[in-house]
Amino acid sequence: MQIPLVDYLVLGDEPYLQANECTNCGARFFGRRNACAHCGHREFKPVRVSDTGTLRTFSIVYRAAPTIPTPYVSAIVLTDDGTSVRSNLINIEPDPAKITLGMKVKLDTYVVGTDDDGQEAVAFGYAPV
Amino acid sequence: MAQDIWVLGTHMTAFGRYPDQDAVDLATTAALGALDDGGVTISDMDLLSCGTLFQANAGMGQQVQKQIGQTGIPVYNVSNACATGATALRTVIMAIRAGEADMGLAIGVEQMGKMGLLAGGTRKEKNVYEPSGRYGAVMPIDGILGTDTMPGVFAQAGMEYANDNDGVGFEQFAKVAQKNHAHSTLNPLAQYQKEFSLEEVMGSPMQSYPNTLLMCCPTGDGAAACVLVGEERFATLSREQQSRAVKISASVLTTDPYVESGAMQPDVNTLTRNAAQTAYEQAGVSPEDLSLVELHDCFATAELIHYDNLGLCEPGGAGDFIDRGAPWRDGDTPVNVSGGLISKGHPIGATGVANVYEVATHLRGEAGDRQIEGANVGLAHVIGLGSSCGVHILEKSGIS
Repeated sequence: MQIPLVDYLVLGDEPYLQANECTNCGARFFGRRNACAHCGHREFKPVRVSDTGTLRTFSIVYRAAPTIPTPYVSAIVLTDDGTSVRSNLINIEPDPAKITLGMKVKLDTYVVGTDDDGQEAVAFGYAPV
Repeated sequence: MAQDIWVLGTHMTAFGRYPDQDAVDLATTAALGALDDGGVTISDMDLLSCGTLFQANAGMGQQVQKQIGQTGIPVYNVSNACATGATALRTVIMAIRAGEADMGLAIGVEQMGKMGLLAGGTRKEKNVYEPSGRYGAVMPIDGILGTDTMPGVFAQAGMEYANDNDGVGFEQFAKVAQKNHAHSTLNPLAQYQKEFSLEEVMGSPMQSYPNTLLMCCPTGDGAAACVLVGEERFATLSREQQSRAVKISASVLTTDPYVESGAMQPDVNTLTRNAAQTAYEQAGVSPEDLSLVELHDCFATAELIHYDNLGLCEPGGAGDFIDRGAPWRDGDTPVNVSGGLISKGHPIGATGVANVYEVATHLRGEAGDRQIEGANVGLAHVIGLGSSCGVHILEKSGIS
């Protein structure tokens, strides 16, 4: 039994991210919406976000709350269909020499924890292509 | 156009750690100092605005009144992240412009102690996963889906600039911190007053690449205050008061307008650019006219991108700007000659008032060893994540 870390991660054979897209201006958002931050419109439709993109910016985080494993690579990815996504870079050494701004990355998922009922939480990250 | 507003009196405590004083003590010291500096008393004040972030619900303004004079005037307690101090100033400015007050007192104060890392949740896994919150998350996402920590968020803001512009990298960011630490050695009010080499800055413990420990501002305690007066009342003051007063030629507060990536990575650029543009128009000055700038260097990566956002350098030229020493105290546009948040310190609520104190003190020619000679126009900038940006442009009195 698996559950996504966040509700905008859709699990399945090919996991993907699902955004709420404003039906008026096309702005995309993750998570529950009340209205559009861009145009104020109140209707949205779910859209599948491209699972490939480029690395827009990153930081290698060494200092975090005590229970969070460090170092890890925090990143903002710009997907090929123009949506910004916040996540970690995975399957890469946390070394600035190995990380290149603009590098191609692809969505991937992994199990991030298991609860007392044996339910697995599945997170996503972006790995170098 | 609304009437001109002047800083009549101003004062700040040294920033640092005050285990034997509380925030009320610090705020009171700043308030009384500003009143004395302006040659006025609490009885002259028509309103009081007090900014503090971590004690936002403590009625800090009223607590200060209990120490310095309960005259029954309106008090506005304000909180606006790291722009809290600028917001306290603007509250008084707006009241004077609205005609509801002739003179008012703005205070910013914070007592943080050693809070350590700000933001970024601890990860406490539930025994049974249940989606909650706006993202239906089954556990806190900090550290799994990127970072919430301040050194990391501002690192990413800097690396985004590096992505878009040539000649910007770890070394350019480090040079910013090297400069601010060097500047702070001349400021007796700074929390730290120690110089470090570029190698020491780059070699200090990495917090969030590219921000090392010496590229991050500390937590700390402190307060600052300003007495503000409108031009009608200003005209009745003594020649001495008028000649030491500093004119506020622009006062602007903005929030972050929508950008595509804003929900994922706070956009600290657009609101700063908007605030700067409006401030330059209000004041009728351009970036080249500025004798000094105090900007929001919460992290070295932040200062570098604000060179560009405030128009201090050519578009895309922030790397070259620091490489050629332009923001050093003897450069084209001295930036953070106080030591900046990185070394002067950043007691959050106090910062947006302390920046105005610093600029005003130079314009008065009273900044001692760190005086920028001939200073006649200066800019103070703060930004609070969430986001809010405050920009004030100050001018020398011109009355002798």
